[in-house]
Amino acid sequence: MALIDLANPTRFLSLSAKILPWLAAATALAFAYGFWLAAGAPDDYQQGATVKIMFIHVPSAWLAMFGWTVMTLAALGTLVWRHPLADVSAKAAAPIGAAFTLICLITGSLWGRPMWGTYWVWDARLTSVFVLFLMNLGVIALWRTIDDPTRAGRVAAILTLVGAINIPIIKFSVDWWNTLHQPASVVKMSGPAIHPSILMPLLVMAIAATLLFVTLHVAAMRNEILKRRVRSMQMMQAELAPGR
Amino acid sequence: MNLGPHAFFIVTAYAVTGIIIAILIGWIVAEHRALTRTLADFDARGITRRSTEPKSAAQKSAA
Repeated sequence: MALIDLANPTRFLSLSAKILPWLAAATALAFAYGFWLAAGAPDDYQQGATVKIMFIHVPSAWLAMFGWTVMTLAALGTLVWRHPLADVSAKAAAPIGAAFTLICLITGSLWGRPMWGTYWVWDARLTSVFVLFLMNLGVIALWRTIDDPTRAGRVAAILTLVGAINIPIIKFSVDWWNTLHQPASVVKMSGPAIHPSILMPLLVMAIAATLLFVTLHVAAMRNEILKRRVRSMQMMQAELAPGR
Repeated sequence: MNLGPHAFFIVTAYAVTGIIIAILIGWIVAEHRALTRTLADFDARGITRRSTEPKSAAQKSAA
């Protein structure tokens, strides 16, 4: 089956119904393995057991940026290729991206208090992630403001593309500015600066969290398609109502 | 597993994450059930996307 075949929402519903249970099962298994590895991971020589917060904080930070990247690609799909499922994908990804960004902010604060002595500082990394959270809320609000999904999709796509500038800012904020937040220690040119005994659980938890994101995204896309069907049927019902 | 002097921060971080993910999953599942129910209700009343379309068009042309 060609990728273009998925442009048909009915075909997407049928295919996603088949793969969703497998995705959910893979997510559960990956999390079970990830938690088992995380529980057995040694304490960091400087941070002690608080390093365990990293196993949820770092994957949620990656997925916060991944969420907006998915929305950006979907925005291109809406504006350039007018793919029928593009704005469905963008709308479905926004609340999931917002949730992972919120997890990143809260777990980061809870990690910062014992390590930095403060829950929050307005440094470039923390502020740019907070801006990402606000942008997610802005896109969700925009979708709820405009009734017509096609029009809402175009307006949200433009906002998403403008907001994409924040993704490299988040990634490189720790290099461009002097921040309290530490620089990159996993994705860097010279390779990861983390011992394998801590890196391994982190990567497994990142895979598990990514699978969770994909599972929730597919499920939310299904809901959005059904919501549009309900909307069109309500409009048809109103059209058929006596007195029209 | 000994979480040391900062156990509160570690446990709270995992608990908050669990709560946010549970709310997200619960919201998506509840929304899916509500939508499926609504669509089934339309179906029971004989209103379907495909069957209604020609009827609607026919009514319009009759009018």
